[in-house]
Amino acid sequence: MEKFTTHTGVAAPLRASNVDTDQIIPAEYLKRITRTGYEDALFSAWRQDPDFVLNQPAYSGASILVAGPDFGTGSSREHAVWALHDYGFQVVVSARFADIFRGNAGKGGLVTAEVPQSVVEQLWAYLDENPGAEVTVDLQNLRIVAGDIEAGFVIDDYVRWRLLEGLDDIGITLQHADEIEMFEDQRPAFKPTTV
Amino acid sequence: MAKTLAEKVWDDHVVRSAEGAPDLLYIDLHLIHEVTSPQAFDGLRAAGRPVRRPELTIATEDHNVPTLEIDKPIADPVSRAQVEALRANCAEFGVPIHPLGDAEQGIVHVVGPQLGLTQPGMTIVCGDSHTSTHGAFGALAFGIGTSEVEHVLATQTLPLKPFKTMAVNVDGELPTGVTAKDLILAIIAQIGTGGGQGYVIEYRGPAIEKLSMEQRMTICNMSIEAGARAGMIAPDETTFAYLRGRERAPADFEQAVEYWRTLVTDPDARFDKEVTIDAASLTPFVTWGTNPGQGLPLAASVPAPEDFEDPNAQAAARKALEYMGLTPGTPLKDIAVDTVFVGSCTNGRIEDLRAAANVLRGRQVAESVTMLVVPGSVKVRLDAQAEGLDKVFTDAGAEWRNAGCSMCLAMNPDKLRPQERSASTSNRNFEGRQGPGGRTHLVSPEVAAATAVAGHLAAPSDLEV
Repeated sequence: MEKFTTHTGVAAPLRASNVDTDQIIPAEYLKRITRTGYEDALFSAWRQDPDFVLNQPAYSGASILVAGPDFGTGSSREHAVWALHDYGFQVVVSARFADIFRGNAGKGGLVTAEVPQSVVEQLWAYLDENPGAEVTVDLQNLRIVAGDIEAGFVIDDYVRWRLLEGLDDIGITLQHADEIEMFEDQRPAFKPTTV
Repeated sequence: MAKTLAEKVWDDHVVRSAEGAPDLLYIDLHLIHEVTSPQAFDGLRAAGRPVRRPELTIATEDHNVPTLEIDKPIADPVSRAQVEALRANCAEFGVPIHPLGDAEQGIVHVVGPQLGLTQPGMTIVCGDSHTSTHGAFGALAFGIGTSEVEHVLATQTLPLKPFKTMAVNVDGELPTGVTAKDLILAIIAQIGTGGGQGYVIEYRGPAIEKLSMEQRMTICNMSIEAGARAGMIAPDETTFAYLRGRERAPADFEQAVEYWRTLVTDPDARFDKEVTIDAASLTPFVTWGTNPGQGLPLAASVPAPEDFEDPNAQAAARKALEYMGLTPGTPLKDIAVDTVFVGSCTNGRIEDLRAAANVLRGRQVAESVTMLVVPGSVKVRLDAQAEGLDKVFTDAGAEWRNAGCSMCLAMNPDKLRPQERSASTSNRNFEGRQGPGGRTHLVSPEVAAATAVAGHLAAPSDLEV
């Protein structure tokens, strides 16, 4: 995974709450067995509407999504993170993220910047006045800067560390293989097996 | 120290705990299916890693399999490739699999419990958010993404921060005609789709204790729809009776029961949050909008955006009403449907099919309605046929299908057409969930069957005798 320290890019306002993962990527696209190439699938139903924010020229090349609360609810599909990432998004800003989505984002190198809804509203107003404006998300210092707006954001400490270092979870865990073995030796015999 | 049920199960699985890092949690059972696993196996191959414990892993095919002509090759080449990838991966890595055509094939969350693999006090994960279903047994069970699937395959563990705990106390008794599905839809409407974020919910109280295992699974299944990581119900005699004699139940059953009996929240343990619901006040419940929290009693009318105080809720309601093609003030019972779907990991078990069949027996599905009955597993299908339920469904004019997720998420050919409206026993009414442009109302199996007969949303008590 690539290291993430700070990112500056065009931010797109997505004025919707409860953006579930079925909207981010409909199930039809989940039949593929690859991990990349999902940019066409992102918000595919909403993108058929010419007025949808990502169809507006000002937001072409957007890499920061500023969304309403409860982003990423529903299905556990990590394809939602892959689709956002493949489209070019590096950061999603929202007041609340669904737990599984947030976890998946951390694995896929997508930053979930949690801010109060009042900050989301400020960013929306700023982007309405300045369509196509760039916003900076600084993971090192946990700051978002957009014009005169400067706000802090929240992300899990451990996820932040992994993103800053660009570390692979499995590699970290396998450093403790001996402890896993010790645990396995003590598991009760009545626990079921599948074979 | 006094602990909640969730904390006891968590603590029993901590491999490693260190300051500033997540706990490393051991996983007792890993369920996999065709959709969220292929990229995880690719990751293992790329890194040259084996599956650490294939005998704690089990695969089945459910999300995109057809429910008709299952003896023929899958017609959709992309679906077929995905199912074939699962079979090849399982063969390469030594993971047991129940493929299409196998007697134990079915929806992953129906298969685990019916085999007796789902037991109290276990940690269970699957690359599917409805893994919360297994919490009905007092297991800590939750959905994970594909990166975590790979992590569990490689290490049989997951690095996780402890979840917060929430008690949902259900007092009183469910009135006659009110089901577990109505109860969980009412709970979600009360706490909201984000109300459970970060929490494991423990459902407690007299109304919960009276539920059968299958009803408890319906409740825990939809915990994710309230945003919760998992839902749990403490194991009791009902749980033990369900498990006794199942294929994968412990050989030394009494020893296991002795441990399972300790899996209750201590009397003086504290939850981070508590919510109370009065079961006696409930009536059949349906959704009118495009998230599972947008629900109301069946006797109510379509709300207006102005009925909501929060501006975000108002905007969400406005958008939902437009998508659903509904006018505020319309009685919910006046809403005509085109399709009725009975099935899914929420309501695709034998008791659900019995409940729907009891309403349909001696009646006819309205001419304007197509009704699909999709058993949750091959075993459910065979059990239903042994009881003659298939005959009840087909005599009434419903279609009797093979097992799978089917129209719950429309990855297979079972889909709504644009603007088609369904009453569905599944778990999500998101835009396009059951097919692009499709409109979904979530209901119980009883309401689904009554709706199929009436042609519009209805409870069994609304039907003429």
